[in-house]
Amino acid sequence: MTSQEYAFVVTAVLGALAAVGTVTARNVVHAALYLVVALASVGVTFLLLGAEFVGWVQILIYVGAIVILFLFGLMLTKAPIGRDSLDGKNRVVGAVVAVLVFAGLVGLVQAAFPFDGAPALPAAGGSLDIGTAMFTDYVLPFEAVSFVLLAALIGAIVLARKDEGDPR
Amino acid sequence: MIRLPLVLTFSALLFSAGIYGVLARRNAVMILMAIELMLNAVNVNLVAFSAQLQDVTGQMFALFVIAIAAAEVGIGLALVILLFRNRASINVDEVSLLKW
Repeated sequence: MTSQEYAFVVTAVLGALAAVGTVTARNVVHAALYLVVALASVGVTFLLLGAEFVGWVQILIYVGAIVILFLFGLMLTKAPIGRDSLDGKNRVVGAVVAVLVFAGLVGLVQAAFPFDGAPALPAAGGSLDIGTAMFTDYVLPFEAVSFVLLAALIGAIVLARKDEGDPR
Repeated sequence: MIRLPLVLTFSALLFSAGIYGVLARRNAVMILMAIELMLNAVNVNLVAFSAQLQDVTGQMFALFVIAIAAAEVGIGLALVILLFRNRASINVDEVSLLKW
């Protein structure tokens, strides 16, 4: 194992524990803070894979913006605290399905990419390649995504604002 | 460097945690968080295969997924706030008006 792989294993274990904490925490704010750790570990994974642009975008957008949005959502809806009020009745079914999916995916990965003798990944393409691809091959999807973001922002504002003269 | 099966296993674990969260939680904001976990698992796979294949397309798709996820969270939280304003609760099992 190389030093990068050691760093990845530490990051992945931390991120996996935080992900499990996100879906099992009894306090909604604790769940959001676990989510920060899980998303940051995904960002560090991108950096370790050599994808520095996607890694920093992940940290800026997810940890910086989306989690703040979640915290605002939690503050505006004052959810009750405790396992019974946060988890539904089908917690056991969810656990069984999640374990089955995990076992299936790991089996699939083992069948397709056996762990023994798997070659190390080369570094992913850097910011130069991404910039070139984004503004040549992917310029139309890029514009479409920016339009989708604009529409989503306007939609969110229209949905969440209070109507004029509405007493609520 | 990192071997591919390790990364894929990490992604599988994130995805399973997200599935558990979507199925077990009844708070709508927590369900949105679990969906974010699943989208991130997909992104990990995309970037890992982008490195494996030495093709930048996987990273482009990861960037698009991040942008769509941001839009999804914005709309989702707006809907949740609207729901809370109308029903004073964001438990998804109490929202059964359209259920047949």
